Amino acid sequence: MEKIPILKMGKLLLVTIQVDLYDRLAEALEADLVQMINKTGAQGVLIDISAVSIIDSFMGRIIGNIATMSKILDAETVVVGMQPAVAITLIELGLPLTGVYSALNVEKGMSLLQGKINLKETGFIPEDDGDTE
Amino acid sequence: MKNETIKILQKQKKKILDMWMNFQLTDETLREDLMNNDELRMQSEDLVTALVDNLKDENIDTPDSPDFDSVTDILNGISISRAKQGYTSRETGIFVFSLKQALLVLLQQEIRDPQVLYDQSLKVNKLIDFFGVATFETFIKGREEVILRQTDEITEISTPVIQIWDGILALPIIGTLDSARTQVVMENLLQKIVETGSSIAILDISGVPAVDSLVAQHLIKTVSATRLMGAECIISGIRPEIAQTVVHLGIDLSGVITKASLASALKTAFGILQLQVTRKQKNPLIVE
Amino acid sequence: MTVVREIDVIPFRNRIKETAAKMGMGLVNQTKLITAASELARNMLKYAKGGKVLIEVISKGRENGIRLVFKDEGPGIPDIALAMKDGYSTGKSLGLGLPGTRRLVSEFNIETEIGKGTTVTIIKWKNG
Repeated sequence: MEKIPILKMGKLLLVTIQVDLYDRLAEALEADLVQMINKTGAQGVLIDISAVSIIDSFMGRIIGNIATMSKILDAETVVVGMQPAVAITLIELGLPLTGVYSALNVEKGMSLLQGKINLKETGFIPEDDGDTE
Repeated sequence: MKNETIKILQKQKKKILDMWMNFQLTDETLREDLMNNDELRMQSEDLVTALVDNLKDENIDTPDSPDFDSVTDILNGISISRAKQGYTSRETGIFVFSLKQALLVLLQQEIRDPQVLYDQSLKVNKLIDFFGVATFETFIKGREEVILRQTDEITEISTPVIQIWDGILALPIIGTLDSARTQVVMENLLQKIVETGSSIAILDISGVPAVDSLVAQHLIKTVSATRLMGAECIISGIRPEIAQTVVHLGIDLSGVITKASLASALKTAFGILQLQVTRKQKNPLIVE
Repeated sequence: MTVVREIDVIPFRNRIKETAAKMGMGLVNQTKLITAASELARNMLKYAKGGKVLIEVISKGRENGIRLVFKDEGPGIPDIALAMKDGYSTGKSLGLGLPGTRRLVSEFNIETEIGKGTTVTIIKWKNG
């Protein structure tokens, strides 16, 4: 069975979804990621969905699950690179993915995550909401 | 009995044209500003030729017969081009129906027997009426095309996305927001966000005449979609009346950053981006 | 086209995408249609162990569109009004499937008979 690779980069886990997701693949990703967070003690998860052309309610739920589960395991999740058409469709579907952070691209996602992690470590509250350079 | 009308009409083609031109030129609604007489004559001649040459015993009662395809084609061409040139439907109507007048006058001159005259006139009448209706149909279609094109243009024109700063986009919305328009606005905005890598979008609604719950819903949708992409969305240009209606209608805008003016929205955006705008020192000599 | 396994969903989505792209449907509307189709296909797999989908191009006046007919022989839906409500689900999903799908397409029609099956017809106009 196909698998979506999860890369470890310092304190972060990086997932780039390059294929069209079907339900079982997404479920496997959810399980793998949670395992991986636990194993590596990662503090942030970055999911790049710029190559994903369809997100329906099931996939949306998986993304939400991943975010919630990571949160319990003390890791933040950022979804990056959502295509405009996908964003519009998700809103119309009634799925605003609340609780999931998003960023325009990997770079911005990284700095957003870094900001969140720093915040957690130092307790320092910066003035911005993090999605800036 | 052999149909006299066709023979008469085919023999007198020149006369029909002259008479028709005469009717058209004497009509007071003639638009010499839109088309000169030579052009009009050519158009008319084409039509008379196509009509008379294709007229046969079998088809005089059936205007939708394929024999008349060339006539319908010419008429379609004329009425569509007239619709685009700005002729009124009345002027186009007169163009076709004055042909009927010409034909009937001619028949009256040529046919002596009142019974035959009546029968033949009726046939010609029906034939031209059919073409008249067809002309109106295409005339309206021509107009509709103009309207559709304009609608597209208006949608395009009225949703410009402007980059006002590095990382900040502004989108002034003018006119009512319906769901079709919202989709265009959202698409343009999100596309531009991706293109420019902007992290803040300002939606200025000072040009929106009224905000009801539906419009508010569309705004909220746009804001949510922008956030999904990873950018922040500020709504500005909220007039006091709009603030009142929003509250009276019980619309919840609490999840949205709202500002009264574009200027204060821009200030907020600068704040988010941690940018500072300072006045240049007036007299550099004083500073050391 | 038959959808009986989960993996069938991918070629099925691609078929719709091809059809939509060929008629010049915009990317957003394409995405909405495919997402809607994906929702319905999942329902079909989950509650009826699969079914058949008919994909056709239709036109009304100057507007072209795509019609999808999802036909299954599953248990049927006991209360359509309830199933069409946001947030209602018998399975463990978000309950956005049917109502969300309806918001994504231009026309939506559902017919169901207990024990016989369910037919869902959706239409998405090219510019709608």
